[in-house]
Amino acid sequence: MSDVVHGYRRPDPATQPPLNSPAYGSTRARHPQQPVLELPHTLTETSSPIFTPARYPETADLTVLENGKGHAMGERIIVGGRVLDEDGRPIRKAMVEVWQANAAGRYNHEGDTHDAPLDPNFRGMGRVFTDDDGWYRYVTIRPGAYPWRNHQNAWRPNHIHYSLFGAGFAQRMITQMYFPGDPLLPLDPIFNTVSDEKARNRLVANFDLELTKPEWALGYRFDIVLRGREATPMEDNHHD
Amino acid sequence: MTDATPELAPPGALAASAHQTAGPYWHLVDFPEWADTTRHFAGSLPEGAERITLTGTVTDGTGAPVTDAMIEIWHADPSGHYPEQDGDPAAFQGYGRCATDKQGRFRFVTLKPGPVPVGPHAKGNVMQAPHVALAVFARGLLQHLSTRLYFEGEPLNATDPVLKAVPETRRGTLIAKPAGNGGWNLDLRLQGEGETVWMAV
Repeated sequence: MSDVVHGYRRPDPATQPPLNSPAYGSTRARHPQQPVLELPHTLTETSSPIFTPARYPETADLTVLENGKGHAMGERIIVGGRVLDEDGRPIRKAMVEVWQANAAGRYNHEGDTHDAPLDPNFRGMGRVFTDDDGWYRYVTIRPGAYPWRNHQNAWRPNHIHYSLFGAGFAQRMITQMYFPGDPLLPLDPIFNTVSDEKARNRLVANFDLELTKPEWALGYRFDIVLRGREATPMEDNHHD
Repeated sequence: MTDATPELAPPGALAASAHQTAGPYWHLVDFPEWADTTRHFAGSLPEGAERITLTGTVTDGTGAPVTDAMIEIWHADPSGHYPEQDGDPAAFQGYGRCATDKQGRFRFVTLKPGPVPVGPHAKGNVMQAPHVALAVFARGLLQHLSTRLYFEGEPLNATDPVLKAVPETRRGTLIAKPAGNGGWNLDLRLQGEGETVWMAV
């Protein structure tokens, strides 16, 4: 008897942040210290929930409230890109959730006490789906930098949080998109937890003139790669 | 179940994007109703469905409650099936998301999953015990933590290939206990004494 499971490839550790990262103080009491079990993939890991706009409505323009009134303050931008797997195949119908601070660097969140104004016209949450070629796109405002208490005079670079689902729960990912040329990037302990320079820089969006809409907003391109599947199905030899 | 020999990426492959922490403000994507996977099925639950709650408290290495975590669950339906990606989007899906509260507690309402074949073409007796995949996202977690919840008293627990791979002394960190009224409880410890068995998925 054998079960054929197309599992997902394991990432190169240098391209992923370690759980224990002393420069990022919050990891101290939260990273596991016991050995982690390498979980072989089963149907639980290779299947995923199905998200549809019918049940999970899109919010593709974060700059306007639902009633069409009230426009967010700040520099309007267009963000778009493709969601692919490691083999370059588009991830279709993927749900992409984003959240971010407002233009002043303040989150619409009770836990954020930064002395910067809230924007009543900016909620800071979006949700879009990829098309058949893996493309997604949304409109927002450029988030501001904000201070945090990780170390003396610590500031987070401008960033937008991303949450993605692929075709298998093993592809589940939350990450952050950064902006090119941000002087805070070399100083940020979270961004710099990724030791591989190329992998780190892939978290930085590129300015994109094609996504830019004349007389209206700059465009930024941010592609995301989810894990690819093993090329060959692995045979299981359990006989018990 | 595959042998856990990692397969190398073929030449020219892209590299998966790096994870980053969900941070402390992820609640902008918290929708409390998502903690109830049965919300779309009022009055029409799948046949044989047993409604359950899954609760637990998340603590860190100092024993303090983790009050800003996002917990996600993913599990099969009561007959052990997962939805197909191009299948019926109206079918039951065992996906939920829940924020921990000020005591570090989470609570899901869902349906008890059935036993799940290891792979899509399982012909033999390699069945996994009923289980729930758990993912924990939070400030201080640069990648989410993954584990599984099993149910105490399930006969298949004795032969489940994942449980069997866990040292017996730590297996209890994966097995939820009945909490009455269809409730099951499993506490999650990120670090330290009684640390949950976390899994590299």
